[in-house]
Amino acid sequence: MKQQIIVSGIGGQGVLFLTRVIAQVAVDRGIPVLTSETHGMAQRGGTVLSTIKVGPFASPLIRAGQADVGLLLWENNLPVHRGLLKTAGRLLINAEKEGEGERIDASKIARELGNAVLSNLVLLGLAVRENALFCAAEECEEAIRSLAPAKFVEQNLRAFRKGLGK
Amino acid sequence: MSKSIQLLMGNEAIGQGLIEAGCQVATAYPGTPSTEILQAVIDRRQGAVEPLHIEWSVNEKIAFEVALAASYTGKRAAAVMKQVGLNVAADPFMRTAYLGVKGGLVTIVADDPGPHSSQNEQDTRLFCMQARVPVLDPANPAEAKQMVAAAFELSEKYEVMTVLRPTTRICHSRQNVELGEPVRLERSAAFEKDPTRWAATPAFLPALHRKLNNTLEQIAAEDTLQPRLANGDGSYPRQALVASGIVYGHLVDLLEELELHGRIDLFQVLMPYPLNPQFAEQLRTDYDRVLILEETYPVIELLLAHPGASGKQSGAVPKEGELTPDVIHQVLADFLALQQPAEAPAERRGQRPSLCPGCPHRAAFYSIKQSFPAGIFPSDIGCYTLGMNLGAVNTVHCMGACISQGAGFYQAYSQDGDFPTIVVTIGDSTFFHAGIPALINAVIQQARIIVVILDNATTAMTGGQPVPHLGITADGSQTRAVEIESLVRASGIDFLEVCDPYDKPEFEALLKRADEYIRKPAGGVAVIISRHGCIMDRQVRSSQERFQVSILDNCIGCQKCTGAFECPALSMDPETNKSVVNQDRCIGCGTCIPVCPVDAIIKEAK
Repeated sequence: MKQQIIVSGIGGQGVLFLTRVIAQVAVDRGIPVLTSETHGMAQRGGTVLSTIKVGPFASPLIRAGQADVGLLLWENNLPVHRGLLKTAGRLLINAEKEGEGERIDASKIARELGNAVLSNLVLLGLAVRENALFCAAEECEEAIRSLAPAKFVEQNLRAFRKGLGK
Repeated sequence: MSKSIQLLMGNEAIGQGLIEAGCQVATAYPGTPSTEILQAVIDRRQGAVEPLHIEWSVNEKIAFEVALAASYTGKRAAAVMKQVGLNVAADPFMRTAYLGVKGGLVTIVADDPGPHSSQNEQDTRLFCMQARVPVLDPANPAEAKQMVAAAFELSEKYEVMTVLRPTTRICHSRQNVELGEPVRLERSAAFEKDPTRWAATPAFLPALHRKLNNTLEQIAAEDTLQPRLANGDGSYPRQALVASGIVYGHLVDLLEELELHGRIDLFQVLMPYPLNPQFAEQLRTDYDRVLILEETYPVIELLLAHPGASGKQSGAVPKEGELTPDVIHQVLADFLALQQPAEAPAERRGQRPSLCPGCPHRAAFYSIKQSFPAGIFPSDIGCYTLGMNLGAVNTVHCMGACISQGAGFYQAYSQDGDFPTIVVTIGDSTFFHAGIPALINAVIQQARIIVVILDNATTAMTGGQPVPHLGITADGSQTRAVEIESLVRASGIDFLEVCDPYDKPEFEALLKRADEYIRKPAGGVAVIISRHGCIMDRQVRSSQERFQVSILDNCIGCQKCTGAFECPALSMDPETNKSVVNQDRCIGCGTCIPVCPVDAIIKEAK
C-alpha cells in the first residue's frame, strides 16, 4: 500500500496536528511513514504545507502531480497546491461556498463546537467518510486519543465525528 | 504495535539520540530548523540514566564553549544550533579542530537549503571542510538518530570534535523511529591539565595541526562511514549517481517511480568530509560519468574532482535553492537522456506570514512608522522581521546587527549635517544574544539613535524558549533573573523608559520625547522597552481584556486597518468595500481601534 497525502492551510489552523494524527495511524499499523512540515516564519499566519507518504518511501516530499489526496483547510491555497495532486487525486476542502472537490464548511462546524481550530479534524472526518484516506475511523480516533492533550480529547473526537457525519 | 517505535520528527529523533548516547551536557540557542532538538532533550530528560545538564544558552558561541569544557572533563557533550548560529560560534569552533576533545563532543548544525527560515543557505559541510572537522550527513530522521551515536564514537576514538548536519527536510520530517536504551557510561568529571593542548600557544600549533591532518586521513578511511553502494544491473555502464542527505532519499523515490531502481549504480555518501581519497580514485577508475547531487554547495563534487562530473560546478545542477524532487527529476532526465518531465506549474506564493492578531510588535511598529514617516528603521532576526509588512523595518541582517547598523547610519548621515530619526527595533532574546556589546559601542561612539527593545518575554519565533530576564531555566526551574533595565543603564544609557505599546498615546509620546532627547546637545542613545507579553502565550491572552470588536457602517474603506496596520483578523469585503472582522482570528485586543480615522471600529466589553 502506498499513499501520498498533502495537508494545506495557513499557520495556526492545526495543519501540524492533522498531519501527526494521520501519520500516527500508519505507525500504529506498523507501516512506514514519512512526513514533512512547515515550521518557522511561515507559521505566523502564512501558507503552510505538510506532506505525508505512507508505505515504502525514502523521502517525505511529494513531486508535482503525485499526491493521491489533498486536504485543504484554507481554500485560497487551492491555486498554490493543486499542482501537487494527481489528475485523479481526491480533493477535500474546508470552504463556505460550492466549488471544486468535496467540500465542507468545517470552520463553521468547528465554531459551533467552540473552537475554529477544530476544523482540521472535521475535515479529517469528511476524508475518512469519503474513503479518501488509507485509514479507518476507529484508527483515527485511537490516534487522536493518543496525541491530543487529555482535556481536549473529547472535543477533538466530537469534531472528527461531525466530519464523519455522526 | 511495538512501544519502542515512535513517530518522531527528525529533531526529536536527534534529541532522543543524544539521550541514548549518554550525552551529559546539552546546550543550544534556538533557531529554525534546529530548535526542537534541545526541546526534545528537555521533554525526554526523564529517560536519561545519568545526570544531564540542559541549557538554552544566551548565544551559540556560549553554547559551544560550555559543551566544549564539559568534553574536556571526559563526559559526552553536544551543542546545537542552526547554520548561521555556527558563524556566531565560529571562533571557538575553529580552534577546537586543532586542540581536539576528550569526551565525545558533537556539534549539531541544522542547515536550511532553500532557505525556508534563514538569512542565507550556507553549507555547514563546507564550513567543516574549512575548519577540518568531520561531518555526517543523514538522509532521514532514523538515520540522523543513528548518526548521533556514530558521531560520539568517532569523536572519542580520535579525540576530535565531530558535526552532525541535518537539513530542514530532516529536522521537520517525521518517521517511524525505533527507540533504544540509553548507554550508561559512568564517567566522573576529570579534567587533565595539559597547557600544551588546552592553552596551546603558537609554538604548539604546527604540531597540533599536523596531528589533525594525520587523524583526518585515518577518519576518511573509517569502515563504517564509507559511501554505500546500491549496485545497478549494468543498464547504464560506467555511469553512477552520488548523493548525500535528504537528496539521496528524493533520488531513491524518483528512481523507484521511474522504474530505474537497481538499474544504475547509486552511492550514498554518509560523511562528505573528510571524503576517502580512495573513493574518489575508485570513481575515476570505474566510471566515465558521475552525477553528484547534494545540498547546498558542491562539497562532494569539489572533493571528488572527477573529470566526468555533472554537478553544481559543471552547471548540470542548480547552484542555489533546494534540490526538490522536481528539480532532481529534471537533472536526472538530462543526465540519463530520459523523457523530459512535464513542465512544472509556475510556482505560486500563498498567503504571506504576518504578525499575529494582537501582537504587541504590530502596535509598536505602527506607532514608530506614524511618528517618523521619514525615519530609518534597522531591525533584526525574529518575529519582528515581519514589521516589514508595516513599513517599519528597513534592514534585517543577522542577530544583533540592528543596533550597530543604526549607529553606522547615524555616523554616515551626521557627518553631512542633519540626520534622520533612526529607530532600531530588537527583540528581548536577540538583545541578550548580541545586542549588548553593540549598545555599549553606540554609547561610547556617541551615536544618536532610538533603540526600542521589543520585550515580549520569550523567544517567540522559535516557539517560546525562556529568556534571561524571566529567571527560568530550560527545564522550567527557577534561576536568577537578569533584568534588561539594569543592563541598559550599565551600558551608559541615560534615557530609559518602559511602555506597553498597546497604550498608543503614551507610546507615541515617549517616541517623541526620545527624538527630542537624541537631538539635545547632551543627548545620546535613547532606549525604550516596549513591554507586552507574546500573544502566543495562553497566559498572556487570558490575562488581558478581550473585547468584541466590530466595524460600523461608516467605514470608508480606506484600508488603513488592513494595509498600514495589517492585522490578519481584518480584511476588506470586496462587495461592500468595507473592512470586516474575522472573529475566528480576532483576539479582541482593540489595538486597531485608534488606527481608524473615522472611528468605525468599536469594541464592547466581552
